[in-house]
Amino acid sequence: MTNLIEVHSLKKHFRLPGGWLSGETKHVYAVDGVDLSIASGETFGLVGESGCGKTTLGRMILRLIEPTSGKVIFDGKDITAIEKSRMKPIRREMQIVFQNPLSSLSPRLRVEQIIAEPLTTHGILSKERIRPRVIELLEQVGLGRQHLDRFPHEMSGGQCQRVAVARALALNPKLIVLDEPTSALDVSVQAQIINLLDELKKTLGLTYLFISHDLNVVQHISDRIGVMYLGKLVEVGDAQDVFDEPLHPYTQALFGAIPMPVVDTKRELKVLEGNVPSPVNPPSGCRFHTRCPIAQKMCQETEPALRPVRGARQAACHFVE
Amino acid sequence: MSVLLEVKDLNLEFKTSRGVLKALNGITFEVRRGEVFGIVGETGCGKTVTGLSILRLLPRSAKITKGMIKFDGINLLDLPPSEMEQVRGGKAAMIFQDPSSSLNPVFTIGSQLVRVIRQHTELNAKQAEARASETLDAVGLPDIKRIMTSYPHQLSGGQQQRVMIAMALSCRPQLLLADEPTTALDVTIQAQILKLLRDLQKQFDISVILITHNLGVVAQTCDRLAVLYAGRVAEIGSTHDIFNNPQHPYTRGLMNAIPKPGSRGKKMAAIPGTVPSNPGEMTGCPFAPRCEFAFERCSMETPALLKASEGHLASCFLVEHAG
Repeated sequence: MTNLIEVHSLKKHFRLPGGWLSGETKHVYAVDGVDLSIASGETFGLVGESGCGKTTLGRMILRLIEPTSGKVIFDGKDITAIEKSRMKPIRREMQIVFQNPLSSLSPRLRVEQIIAEPLTTHGILSKERIRPRVIELLEQVGLGRQHLDRFPHEMSGGQCQRVAVARALALNPKLIVLDEPTSALDVSVQAQIINLLDELKKTLGLTYLFISHDLNVVQHISDRIGVMYLGKLVEVGDAQDVFDEPLHPYTQALFGAIPMPVVDTKRELKVLEGNVPSPVNPPSGCRFHTRCPIAQKMCQETEPALRPVRGARQAACHFVE
Repeated sequence: MSVLLEVKDLNLEFKTSRGVLKALNGITFEVRRGEVFGIVGETGCGKTVTGLSILRLLPRSAKITKGMIKFDGINLLDLPPSEMEQVRGGKAAMIFQDPSSSLNPVFTIGSQLVRVIRQHTELNAKQAEARASETLDAVGLPDIKRIMTSYPHQLSGGQQQRVMIAMALSCRPQLLLADEPTTALDVTIQAQILKLLRDLQKQFDISVILITHNLGVVAQTCDRLAVLYAGRVAEIGSTHDIFNNPQHPYTRGLMNAIPKPGSRGKKMAAIPGTVPSNPGEMTGCPFAPRCEFAFERCSMETPALLKASEGHLASCFLVEHAG
């Protein structure tokens, strides 16, 4: 399998306002050196708590946010080196679906206009061929001709998210970044959308970057997953392997904290004490050492690199064998 | 265990521009002393409105048309507003989903807590302050002196929710209503807050009603629970019974719709269709249009809560058939 996406030491430091007079500029180290590759046809799940940089990373891969440094190679081309004005043909190949469909769909446009917009913007279909294509897309996502004239507010959250998926599919992209696509939905509807995404991936041969904080969902849909903490990947590997046996202490703590819908008197929630430190002033050495149950002195001083452990698995911890 | 709160046949409607919306259609349950009781359901099932009804915090457009809410021997629906004010925040307190919007941004944590305590107790300013620090300590906050003089924005989301819990407990209530208390928090912080709620429930010997859409949270924290659908109780019983032997097809559907370890690559069992928009207008079982077991009778009459085993009831005709 070839890699559709390759990310090399990607960083994004947001500058905080103020500090000009005090002579000190502060930065939010949102993404601070990430290396990652996603194979063509793969679903890569990116998990982590709020503020860990998963959304920023997703948007940099689409170049919706300009990286501070580092490279993003998409389908063999370094898209961080391309002039912005020449990004348009590349954008056809990469799309995004956001968390809340009610705020990512324009309330003033009808479903037909929403889905037709990328087709007209890129001018790839003649006017009379647009409507049949929109209907085809609606049918692909489990809606139909009867929804053409609806406004987003006339539909349920699940239906709106289907429209957002149809809009993302309109240009036959290779990659879709799904940023928390089911977090705003109820569980019974969430299951419908996950099934739809799975089916579309199989029939259209798509590649997904699936960003979510819901570990159960990520585990279900992903082939490989990456766990982020404070702007860094701490563990990467096959989804099933990582869930069966998490190696990094943070991954272990994160999975231990998921409340499972089963009554098991033996299973107690593992509680990780403390809060996530601020990405403005990340801890020295290993960023997790302030909350880590097995931290030693060296963890405060030396930052562990993300290194291969056990075959295809990577982890960033001094103590993982 | 004796009963602390009894909700019986609660009916509630909203007046909207598009007519009357019957949100609650006969909710019945009881909460015993010293238990954590879960109310579970999807958006629009009436779980939040049920919670708000208990404390009579309903918006003006809502009207309780029928039913009774008996708390510690008194029917709350009969109380005059002035007496209700003493119950609210005193004997029964509530915490909400988003702590940052529940706290007043322009007052310090200390002054907000002291104010609540003085409103509901006879304590003087000094004693109230002592009570405030004591309660903040009980919810596991570090560096109480600093927290007391901090403003809400200076605390993290998890710390803010701890402050909300402290405020709710500061007047030593008998009942704590928690409406999606961990939904706005990250999983590791959620685990901290859930453990805290369980510990405090034992320490202060109170009853807790936990309102949530997350079945995992319920399984991990509650003793008993009610599953709501379309403003009615679909199933009620002990957490153990409901999770190991769910009776209502809706409960089973919800449980199957959650991805579990080992489900990768398999199609998920989604519940077809959507929640009815005005369940009060429907005849028969409100779940019938989405139910794979529905038969003729389901669309004609509404099933009552039928007994599956001791203390485990479900509103489905098939329970009766099972024996």
